[in-house]
Amino acid sequence: MLTIRNLHAGIEEREILNGINLEIKAGEVHAIMGPNGSGKSTLASVLAGREGYTVSRGKVDFLGKNLLELSPEDRAREGLFLAFQYPVEIPGVSTTNFIKTALNEIRKYHGEDPLDAVGFLKLMKERMKLLQIDQSLLSRSLNEGFSGGEKKRNEIFQMIMLQPKLAILDETDSGLDIDALRIVAQGVNQFRSKENGILVVTHYQRLLDYIVPDFVHVLYNGRIVKSGTKELALELEEKGYDFIKNTTSETEPA
Amino acid sequence: MILSRIQPVKQNQLKKKNLINWKKSKNSMRDMMDPVQYFTIKHQQLQDLKKDSALSVIRNKGLEAFTRLGIPTLKHEEWKHTRISGLFNKDFEFAIDQAVPSLSDQEIKALRLPGHEVANEIVFVNGCYSPSLSRISTGDHQLRIVPLEEAARNEYREFVSKHLGHSGNYLKDGINALNTAFAHEGVFIHVKKGHAIEYPIYLYHITDSRTNNNYSQVRNLILVSELAQVQIVQTFGTIGPLESFANEVTEIVAERDSITSFYKIQNENSNANLVSTTHIHQIGKSQTHTVTISLDGGIVRNNLNIVLDAENCESHLCGLYLIKGQTHVDNHTTVDNVKPNCFSNELYKGIMDEQATGVFNGKIFVRPQAQKTNAYQSNKNVLLSNKASVNTKPQLEIFADDVKCSHGCTVGSLDEEALFYLRSRGIGEKKAQSLLLHGFAADILEDIKIKPIRDYIDHLITERLEYEES
Repeated sequence: MLTIRNLHAGIEEREILNGINLEIKAGEVHAIMGPNGSGKSTLASVLAGREGYTVSRGKVDFLGKNLLELSPEDRAREGLFLAFQYPVEIPGVSTTNFIKTALNEIRKYHGEDPLDAVGFLKLMKERMKLLQIDQSLLSRSLNEGFSGGEKKRNEIFQMIMLQPKLAILDETDSGLDIDALRIVAQGVNQFRSKENGILVVTHYQRLLDYIVPDFVHVLYNGRIVKSGTKELALELEEKGYDFIKNTTSETEPA
Repeated sequence: MILSRIQPVKQNQLKKKNLINWKKSKNSMRDMMDPVQYFTIKHQQLQDLKKDSALSVIRNKGLEAFTRLGIPTLKHEEWKHTRISGLFNKDFEFAIDQAVPSLSDQEIKALRLPGHEVANEIVFVNGCYSPSLSRISTGDHQLRIVPLEEAARNEYREFVSKHLGHSGNYLKDGINALNTAFAHEGVFIHVKKGHAIEYPIYLYHITDSRTNNNYSQVRNLILVSELAQVQIVQTFGTIGPLESFANEVTEIVAERDSITSFYKIQNENSNANLVSTTHIHQIGKSQTHTVTISLDGGIVRNNLNIVLDAENCESHLCGLYLIKGQTHVDNHTTVDNVKPNCFSNELYKGIMDEQATGVFNGKIFVRPQAQKTNAYQSNKNVLLSNKASVNTKPQLEIFADDVKCSHGCTVGSLDEEALFYLRSRGIGEKKAQSLLLHGFAADILEDIKIKPIRDYIDHLITERLEYEES
């Protein structure tokens, strides 16, 4: 589904990613962990097409397409979704209208008819329950004045409304209390299927108790220095990132 | 914050055009004399025509002030970004004694605002109140509309002489004085004590520029009595292809426990120039809401004064200028806290595209005795083109020590991060941009409490931003 080959990217002259290799197949959940500044969020941003990053080397293939050549909107329309670490507040645009517009733009891209108001509301009501999102939240301006937990729940709600093929969750656990974390994880697990891929980017192991990954990768200095199964996350939790810093001088990329 | 000044090139172009035109009309402002001379002669004609008028004295005072102050140039602090004097060099005709031109139903219909079926409609043509085109459905015992000349003579005599011209204490320039010098064909509107007027009042200011460039002006006075409530919508229209220049002043007096909403809608073409003054004097504990929407025009200057002259007054001032082309919109607002414990909240937003220029100047005065004043002001601007510009200036003069005042202004382009957020959900760049701009503008509309008017403006904005609801 997603194949990253020797990806080098950075901001202006500064290289942050130094040759990332990663393959995610349909049905898999991958977790990328790493200390602050290791390049986790840069990887998520480059994949989603955020401006300001330059890719100097490497290739990213997404469902047979060269991902890096697509505009951010076309990446989304092809089935990529980024749950933001810091969801943006958009005054004057209601969450409902925003999701409806996005959904119909994606449908249009695939040559499908737009959902009418009734069909959309029905779909929304059904999926709201899953994330315990209140109707009043959806009629408010997008993320404006939302609590940290509400913003993250809203991100996952957008994900299950738009039904992407690959979801990248960028530090979705940051700023969440344990109850909110459970709700968010429940939404993600609902989304999890044989057809979908998930890339969880996180600093802490905590989230992975709820969203159990098939593979865990450790990112350090812009490279994946260690890959393993979910036990790797536990080992990291126990020993801390220093264990990686001390043991990696020249490790083969996964 | 000063971003850029009005292009001087524009003025040169105007002058050239004038040289070709200015002698065509025998009765025009440019007919071999300067504007002050021109208006002095016109004034004398009017005074001779209306010898017994109760408004003669105030008109004389107006002319005296006009000749003393003259037409403001860019050197005048309040007009430094709006080249109003350029308009006075043009070939405008000002008819004081001419019969109101006849307009067909069809012509009026095009200017009517949604919701007019149930509104009290008051129509002015070339600055003259037209009873035949107006339609008042609310009864006399609740709402009374009297020609200003008549009100200056009848039982409202004392009220008129006390309050007409109060705006002159705040607007010390020749434009306001000029309006006073020719105050004659406006109306006096009385919203009577204890009545909440069910149907809004729509004020239409129509200028006929079919045969010549037309200068017109009107002076209105409105009294909102104790415990009364009223919603007023004001709009402007020009019929004909030539240029128009309207100088309009509306003075409003709000008494104890009254609620007044005043919505101004400007959506003319680039040949229509306008100075529109709304002066609200809150003489009792009262509430006022104003929304000023400017979508199109040539040179548009709005003066809005709120005088909080009783304790516990409340005032909300909102404005939106969404402009492109060569349109110039200048909003000058003043909130004067005369008495203690008053609250005011002001929010103006601007979106400028192409070569449009915006000006925002917001004054807040807090007099020494006006303790416990709460006054807030914010002005936010988005520039969509590098040829568009805006000058924004908050001006706070606070002479009391126990007050809460804040102000802020921003000028920028669209938020890149917000744009990316929308695009990352599959929304195309153009659509994302219009969604964001619509969102930026839309919260101003929430203050418009007349639904057909709010929907209408929303529609105009949506159309302008090429944003369609999906």
